[in-house]
Order: sequence, then structure tokens, then C-alpha cells
Amino acid sequence: MLAPDPGSEIDGFRLGERMHVGSMASIYRLEGPKGPLPLIMKIPRLGAGERSANVVSFEQCRLVLGALSQSPHHPTLVAYGDVETTPYLVMEYIEGTRLDAWIERAPLAPQETARLGHALALALHEIHRQDVIHLDLKATNVIYRASGEAALVDFGLSCHRHLPDLLDAEFHTPVGNWVYMAPEQIAGERCDPRSDLFALGALLYELATGKRAFGTPSTVAHLRRRLYRDPPPPRALVAATPPWLQEVILHCLEIDAAARAASAAQVAFDLANPGQVALTERAERNSRDGVVKLARRWLKARNFAPSAPPPPATDVTPLPVIAVAIATHETDEPFFEALRAATRRRLAAEGGCRIACLTVVPPAAALSDDTPTGRHIKQLVSLRRWAKPLGLPEERLTYHVLESDQPAAALLDYAAVNEVEEILMGPGKEAVQVATQAPCSVTIVRPLPLS
Amino acid sequence: MLDLIALHATRGAIVVLGNHDAAAIGRPVHGMNVQALTAIAWTRKRLGKRHVDFLHALPLSVREDDRLYVHASAATPERWTYVTGRRQAAQCIEATDASIIFCGHVHEQKLYYTGAGGYPMPFQPVPGTPIPTARHRQWLAIVGSAGQPRDRNTAACYALADLARARITFFRVPYDHGTAAQKIRAAGLPERLARRLERGS
Repeated sequence: MLAPDPGSEIDGFRLGERMHVGSMASIYRLEGPKGPLPLIMKIPRLGAGERSANVVSFEQCRLVLGALSQSPHHPTLVAYGDVETTPYLVMEYIEGTRLDAWIERAPLAPQETARLGHALALALHEIHRQDVIHLDLKATNVIYRASGEAALVDFGLSCHRHLPDLLDAEFHTPVGNWVYMAPEQIAGERCDPRSDLFALGALLYELATGKRAFGTPSTVAHLRRRLYRDPPPPRALVAATPPWLQEVILHCLEIDAAARAASAAQVAFDLANPGQVALTERAERNSRDGVVKLARRWLKARNFAPSAPPPPATDVTPLPVIAVAIATHETDEPFFEALRAATRRRLAAEGGCRIACLTVVPPAAALSDDTPTGRHIKQLVSLRRWAKPLGLPEERLTYHVLESDQPAAALLDYAAVNEVEEILMGPGKEAVQVATQAPCSVTIVRPLPLS
Repeated sequence: MLDLIALHATRGAIVVLGNHDAAAIGRPVHGMNVQALTAIAWTRKRLGKRHVDFLHALPLSVREDDRLYVHASAATPERWTYVTGRRQAAQCIEATDASIIFCGHVHEQKLYYTGAGGYPMPFQPVPGTPIPTARHRQWLAIVGSAGQPRDRNTAACYALADLARARITFFRVPYDHGTAAQKIRAAGLPERLARRLERGS
């Protein structure tokens, strides 16, 4: 089927302006009676001389978008035509700014990179939660809405772990964007959500440095270089890159998927809380790895075997963040111990989760007895003292002092921004508000009465 | 059971002959184990003439529009070939131009689909998730068995094909396997057949 002209009608949809003509599909705005959403129609390029990949990726896009439940992080599929006769997809038109507009201005300030990365990580987490992996993440496939939320588009190469993977049957060379593709994708693995984290890391790298982490490969040999060659650390290109940002970026770009951040939610968390990023040797790197390390990895890469993908998210929640609200002005040790016991039970049930220790204090101006910094440090000391008996490694614990005179609202806001899976807290009037309004589970912890 | 199936058949249900049915009416079926033969001997004694006539009249496969229903592989239905891998799936799919083949014989649920040439791809369906089955491809749906599971899940298997929307959904449904196992024991049939229902393997 050739690209039809604007003004023609397909199954009752009137085509408006042609927004995009690509090698795989054309995209039109739709005119006519305004529904609840502005719409576009995507028509794959089919027919003599066109690649069969177009058909398959059209089918895959329909399959995956049709299975996703509505969210601001991807377009809503409204209608579709038959693959054999009139293939098309009608979906929501997402208004906003594409990520490539920022890439053009890179290097960006660290805060700006973190803000864009945080929104993108939340969008990835949303689709990963629904067992969808995008696998073709690139700047032109990310649109930022006016609200700041990121939306992912073009699911033509994506994979839904509960539906047949039509692309797997089709291709023998790595499909996807070679600039951002993860090492395991090169090896043919299409089931690992951490592949999207690698692409996210590569995008963050480009935003922070203005350079592509792995260049623009044009041959498979060049593409395969990332199976053993680490990119120059961002600091080597932009000296002002803060250690936390370099840590987050290089953590995402680990060759072995199992060595990356465990979920997009954790990357989002790190980008939203720079002060809480657990810094490793990655944060301090000034140059690429030396010859010895490189030679060892090169040998290993000759028989590169990707790590086993984690089980689908709907079976096992990927390493959640658990928030524990601790009233630091309390000195009630039995209550603190009950809160620790509840936290330990959660840790035992969910091996890899992170614990975020929170406390809410009134805004600095409301108090006069102490300097804001001094007060902040006191609170952190109390939080650390509470968490110490848990015996958790540092990278699984974070501490947050939230300033607000509305503790419940502050906790709710924190839970929403950080994709918190569960809140543990003591009883009280705040608990009622948090429990009824939280976007996640809330457990109210009480100490056992002394008998 | 057979009376119930015969009743459904009179209402238009599609029924195809299975290997145990063929054995029960005396046709030669190879490769059956001792427990299966014991169960078939038991069954044979309990079949009336109307049951035998009904089974004799059953076809090996039924074609309806672009759908094919068959108990074992469509390649050689009368030889009761198991579709246990991509090679057998390819042979089964190549034997027909039907867009979707429904079969059983193998007890686990599986969906094979064709890509660009080469072998069909296997897919492990997730119960309750509808799968669009576009008609330009060929699909081989092994719907699994109602009872006698092999995957440590005691629930029975079935699948629903939504012809209007071209999609298929696989299901697992729990049933009173305890009573079924008791009945097997009470009938003096091999213990293993009863235990299989309880353990799902």
C-alpha cells in the first residue's frame, strides 16, 4: 500500500496533514469530529519492494499497544485495520517536545539531565510493570508532555512477555537502534527489561556529555565492540559531571545486564535523590579501563552469553522501594523495634528491595532553635540510628528528611514521585490520610502490648 | 461422559477421534503403556452399542473454514504423532493450509506460530491473556488436556477462540480432582492414574 494523500478517508477516518514519512511507515494527523483525544494514523509501508519487517513490526506494535492499559506514558491505541487489507493504527497524538530537541543542546546541566532521565525512567517502569520491554529506545521515540511526564512511542520492535514475539521469528541480525542497543540485544536476547535501562544510560550519557557513548556503529563488528569496550567516563568529557550522575549513567551501561540497576524505578529514584546515590568506583573513574581488563573482557565477549532475564514483572515485582516513615522526635523504642520487625519481614519476603527511611519536619522558618543544616543532620543521625540494626548494605538504604507542615501530604507526594511499593508507618491521624490516599499499599505498624 | 459429548455433538459441537477412543473401539494403536491399556480394557467393557457406533462415526479431523480440528499432528492424524517440538509443529502446519489448527494429544498448552520461513516458533501461553491470531499467519494451538496434566498444575486446560475478533485465550480451571482420583481407585484402575490427577504430573 502506497502512502495515501491527505484528505483521503480510511474506514471513516479522514487523513489530515502528513506528519512523517519514514522507511517503515507514514504518520498522519486525523481530522474530523473531536473525540476525547487528538488522533494520528500510522500506515506501514507495504507492497512490492518494501521490507517484510514493516509488516511484522506493524503487527507487533498493534499487539503490544493493544495489551497495554491506558497511561500517560504511551499512546492509547484507538483502532486498527486488518494487516492483509488495510493496515493502519489509530492512536493518541502525544503533544510535547521530543527528546532529540534536548540532545541537540547537550551537554546539559546535571539537574536538567537528571530531570529528563527521571521522567523517562518512570515511563519505562510503567511499561515494564506491564511486562512490556520497548527495545527501541532513542531520542525520537521519547516525547515530554507539558506536564513533564515522558511518553514512549513506536512499539514496533517491543516485546510483551505474555504474548508471542513475532519479531523473534523474523530476524537474524540485531534489530533496533544500533546507537543505543544493549549488549544482550546484540546477542539476540529480547526478554530483558534491563536492555531498556542500557539505552536509558546511553541517552543520559549523550545528554550529559553531548557525545554518543558508543559512537554510531555502521558494521556489526563495530556494534559488537560494546560487548567488551567501556565508553570514556562522562567526567573525561565534561569535567563538571557530578559523581552521582556518572555513577547512575555507568551503572546503566554495565555490559552484564545483571550488574545494572535492577529496575527503572531504582534509576528514577537515584535521579530524583542525587544525595542518596550509593557511589562506587564507577563514580570516580577518569579514564577507560586499562589493557588488562579490556583483554580479559574481549576474550569473554567472544562467547558472550547474556545473563538470564528476570522473571516477568506481573509474577514477581521487580525490586521495589519500601518507604518507612519514622517520627524522629519519638523516643518510643518498642515502637521503633516493631517498625524494624515489620521492615525485616518485608526484607525477608522480597530479597532485593530498597528501604527508604523518611521523616517529615516542619519547614525551617517555623523553628528558631537551630540552624536548618544542624537540624537536618540531627534528623539524619536519628534515621541512621533507627536503620542500623537492620544490618543492610548501604546501597539498599536511603535517608530522607522531608520539610513540610503537612506530614501526610509530604509522604504521599514522596510515594508518588519515587514509585514506592509500600509504606510502613505508625498509627495516628496522618496514617488515616496516607492509608486512604496513597498510590500503594500502606501498613500501619503497632508494637505488641506488653502483657 | 460419552453420552454428554454425544449430546453436544447433536447440538453442533465438533468432535474428533482421539487415540484412546480408537483403542477402545478396537483399532490398532501403538505405543500405549500398561496403565493406559488397563484403562482401555476397563472402558471397553462399559461401552454400549450406541457408544461404539458414536465413536466409530467420529472423524480424525474436521475442517471448518480456515480452521482445522485434529487430536494429534495434522501431518498423519491416524498415526497419533505427538507435537512435542518445533520439528513436529512444522510438519503439522505444512500438512494443511488452515490458518489455525487446534490439537491435543500433548497434555501441555502451547502455541506455535509461523514467521518468515523456517520453523514455527513456540510460545508458552499465559492463562487468561488473549492472543491476537492474525489470519495471514499459521497458528497451531495445543489446547492441553482436561485432566491428566503433566506440568504439576492439577487444573484442567481449555482454550477459547474468538473467531470474530481473531484471538485465542488459553485457560486453566481447577476441578474436583480429589473425587476423580477416588473414583479411579474405587474402579480398581492403576494407582498411578489416580496419583497423576492429584500431583499434576
